[in-house]
Amino acid sequence: MTTHDLVILGSGPAGMAAAATAVTHGIKPVVVDEQPAPGGQIYRSIESTPVKERRILGEDYWQGKALIDGLGDPRIDYRPGTTLWQLTRRLEVGLLRGEQASMIRARHVILAHGAMERPFPIPGWTLPGVMTAGSGQILLKSAGLAPSAPVVLAGCGPLLLLLAVQYLRAGIPIAALLDTTSTGHYRDALRLLPGALRSAGTLFKGVGLLAELRRAGVRHVRHVTALEAQGDERLERIRWQCGDGAEWHYLSTPLLLLHQGVVPNTQVTRALDCTHDWDERQLAWHPRTDPWLATDVEGVAVAGDAGGIVGAKASAIQGRLAGLGAAMALGRAGEEQTRKEVKRLRRDLARETAIRPFLDVLYRPAAHWRLPEDDTLVCRCEEVTAGELRRMADQGCRGPNQTKSFTRCGMGPCQGRMCGLTVSELLADANGQSVAETGYYRLRPPFKPITLGQLATAAEDASR
Amino acid sequence: MFKRLPLPDTSAQKSVMVYFDGQQVTARDGDTIAAALLAAGVEACRTTPVSGAPRGPYCMMGVCFECLVEVDGVPNVQGCQILVKDGMQIRSQHGARRLG
Ligand code: FES
Repeated sequence: MTTHDLVILGSGPAGMAAAATAVTHGIKPVVVDEQPAPGGQIYRSIESTPVKERRILGEDYWQGKALIDGLGDPRIDYRPGTTLWQLTRRLEVGLLRGEQASMIRARHVILAHGAMERPFPIPGWTLPGVMTAGSGQILLKSAGLAPSAPVVLAGCGPLLLLLAVQYLRAGIPIAALLDTTSTGHYRDALRLLPGALRSAGTLFKGVGLLAELRRAGVRHVRHVTALEAQGDERLERIRWQCGDGAEWHYLSTPLLLLHQGVVPNTQVTRALDCTHDWDERQLAWHPRTDPWLATDVEGVAVAGDAGGIVGAKASAIQGRLAGLGAAMALGRAGEEQTRKEVKRLRRDLARETAIRPFLDVLYRPAAHWRLPEDDTLVCRCEEVTAGELRRMADQGCRGPNQTKSFTRCGMGPCQGRMCGLTVSELLADANGQSVAETGYYRLRPPFKPITLGQLATAAEDASR
Repeated sequence: MFKRLPLPDTSAQKSVMVYFDGQQVTARDGDTIAAALLAAGVEACRTTPVSGAPRGPYCMMGVCFECLVEVDGVPNVQGCQILVKDGMQIRSQHGARRLG
């Protein structure tokens, strides 16, 4: 098994910045990413996107070019299309590329595998034709694909607005933007505005997006309180309720794109058994980290959205900090030498993240968007409903690992990625206990399906 | 539900021929399997083991596993993570196939 000083998981802003920093300290990092090209989701396909007209995807997207160019440094061993299927506490890293599995050992690991969209369990969310706003954006960036009929976007959060604007600029009609932002949250968020003004640039961009939508005359339905996707075998129509009204509004559409924010993807940090804390403001689990972004597993740090949502720019700053942390842990840099840079990075990070409390409060999904009604599927893979989980709670199930063994909830191919947050919150609610007490799934590798044949190639590789 | 944007670059791109359940599908070089199928009007690529309900790609970023297909005889391939290759035989997955 070959040993590498530093293995970085993910080539989004955090991973790319960590690699670039490590290189300046004489480290030759291995950067592993599942995607075929660098950039993470935010800067996805910059080098190959067919959408070349810069104003469509916007300047924030094209800014990722500099980081991606940095990844071309010959001292960085960048491995695209490579899946992490195992990571042990002794820093043995199992990789899979095509049919070839391998094991390498790391002295230090930076997890920068980013975020995923928060589950949005509404009736009918499993119908073909219901997807996420993130998926719509990925299709646009990577393949130049856009909705072929007027599309409905629903939910809340910056990504939803950005996608709407990108579609508009590309000439794609929007049937409706159904906004689930809670009325009271505008008021609550307003109190945090002074702090948010420290990252005024981000704030004004958000306001600009809203203005662009308004000017284009997009049907923007506010205060949506209930939403259902309907159809036989595929999405045919949606219906929704607004404000306090009990009246249902209907719209036929072949495509509904949902979004209610992003949350850290904790699959790997969970499997490593890092300590996680429940963040009530972001309504998500965060691996616990120190000021160097190190977790409580020796030699493992987390940078970027994987450790708590901070956004692309702050993710890159965290990547640099984690890269410096790695250099120090590996004895390639001293505290004296890095002090100035660290001070500057921490100041930049504080400025970039100043807007987070404002965004977290404004776009916090209301309880009924996170705790669905009894008939709604929570676990997409094993088709377990909220009602079944509540019944399990009545029968004494306190946590997700118990409901898992009774219902298979969380045992399907996605290994709980799509239901985990909902299950923890739902059981907490049903049992009258905190989410922290309720806990999360215990996870084990492989993180991704791997066949026996592929495993055999890893065993061969390891014994060499 | 998706179409190619009429961009100057899209038409210039090399096309790739794949098969979905035996039917020929023209894809763009650089497409993931899931993107190519969506562009070709395929909405569902599998049915669930529990109820047999049809499913199609949901997240496009490797977390939901709704895009599972069989590729050249290998089952449970995440269509949104793998790029199309000329001549690829893609099959929809049906019924009681569980992982692990
Ligand atoms: S579409 Fe979600 S994993 Fe492929």
